[in-house]
Amino acid sequence: MRAYYSLFKMRLLQGIQYRIAAMAGVSTQFFWGFMYIMIYQAFYSSTTAIQPISFRELIQVLWLQQSFLVIIMLWFRDTELMNHITSGSIAYELCRPIDLYSFWYAKLVAQRLSGALLRCFPILIVACLLPYPYNFSLPPSFISFVLFFITLTLGLILIVAISMLIYISIFYTMSPTGSLLIFGVFGEFFSGLIIPIPLMPEVLKKFVYLLPFRYASDLPFRIYAGNIGIQEALVSIIIQFAWIIALVVIGRFWIGKALKRVTVQGG
Amino acid sequence: MKLYFKYMSILFRSEMEYKTSFVLLSIGQFFVPFFAFVAIFFLFQRFTNIGGWTLYEVALCYSVTHLAFSLSQCFARGFDAFSSLILKGDFDRILVRPRGTIIQVMGSRFEFSRIGRLIQSIIVLVFSLSNLNIAWDAYKVMTLVFMVPSGVFIFSGIYMLGATMCFWTIEGLEVVNVFTDGGREISQYPLSIYNEWIKKFFTFVIPFGTINYLPLMFILNKAEGSKLLYMLAPLFGLMFVIPCTLVWNFGVKHYKSTGS
Repeated sequence: MRAYYSLFKMRLLQGIQYRIAAMAGVSTQFFWGFMYIMIYQAFYSSTTAIQPISFRELIQVLWLQQSFLVIIMLWFRDTELMNHITSGSIAYELCRPIDLYSFWYAKLVAQRLSGALLRCFPILIVACLLPYPYNFSLPPSFISFVLFFITLTLGLILIVAISMLIYISIFYTMSPTGSLLIFGVFGEFFSGLIIPIPLMPEVLKKFVYLLPFRYASDLPFRIYAGNIGIQEALVSIIIQFAWIIALVVIGRFWIGKALKRVTVQGG
Repeated sequence: MKLYFKYMSILFRSEMEYKTSFVLLSIGQFFVPFFAFVAIFFLFQRFTNIGGWTLYEVALCYSVTHLAFSLSQCFARGFDAFSSLILKGDFDRILVRPRGTIIQVMGSRFEFSRIGRLIQSIIVLVFSLSNLNIAWDAYKVMTLVFMVPSGVFIFSGIYMLGATMCFWTIEGLEVVNVFTDGGREISQYPLSIYNEWIKKFFTFVIPFGTINYLPLMFILNKAEGSKLLYMLAPLFGLMFVIPCTLVWNFGVKHYKSTGS
């Protein structure tokens, strides 16, 4: 366990080194946040009918999405890991006396976390200072904040479990672009990043609830915004756990199989 | 121009060597904007209009932007990926050849997989035009035809500006994405829904408004007063490339090689 912890810490520190890149990212995400808010404002002002998510709640969700983008994006990739698989230097990784799945897992979690830690605070703080109704505000209650925190942490674990499957698939396809693109595009849509899940048609909403993707981003953000009540949140945490266990089991089984057939060329 | 097509055919043949990868990438390129459009479609199921524009009108706006974007990504990708040329010192090789720099950089890279994106945009265009009731006349057709190339020139112009910055920064800048990807996202919807300052910026500084919003005002009969200005708006977009070329030439003069 200590090996994973120190690896995690190292990666975290390494990620925090890239401050300038993070700052550039922050300004881009601001632009994006503003743009979405303006688009949705135009949509909301076109009707007086009550929507499943209020404009105010949606703004909270949008700012959270922008701040924690690094955590929730499936296409966020680790090129080093992919090169290991495609170039054959995975042989070195296999020599290490640790379990490969957990090793990569710790690495990926740390990477996402360091990226998010750098970016989320500047975005959230400035978003707080904006004039009403565009500003980011506190959650409706302390309990919903605690639940937000728990679900976001579990969401990070869940999203890495999904992305591990993408990396393992590279063992078979040998080219990261295809699986990354497909997973990325579908994952993004089904986690409500392109269109917020409450605004989807009912049938699609039911379908999306059956998939794991929304439990990583949509769930914690809507809990924070107060769009999801405490009771529903508690039930969803159990579902999150179930998905994490299922995906980790699948991933471990699959990586075991993939490693059996791996051939490393070269001397 | 002959040289450019030569470059194109060589790169096309080299890409065809990896057919499966090409097909997969194209399919992927199809789905990225496809979901964006699905999202717009679903939003219009809940909200009937946006700033007075209906689904089909927005679809027309969207398809023009995406057509222009995919074409520019295919043909002017060399500028978009210019930082790698500088980093490796390959730009020196371009400078010693007896041809213009612009054509060589443009010819250095093509993204043929953008055909997926292109097909998607064409589908949306057909979907929109077949549902819209427009009284077509020669002026309207001409305006519509001019909108896409004008957009291609604007996107390419931004790539050029981004590439020019590489002369000083060496690295590619993420900030440029705000104007290319951001401009694309913003101009999917009519500019009238945005804030005043965004509207002004994307009309007069980076004229995305001139490729779909303004001419569409004319085509969809939303404009009042003089129609000529709306009709000629795409031409204004075309002119955007002129200052970009000047800036590029200025950048080339200041180029210091990184290679050894």
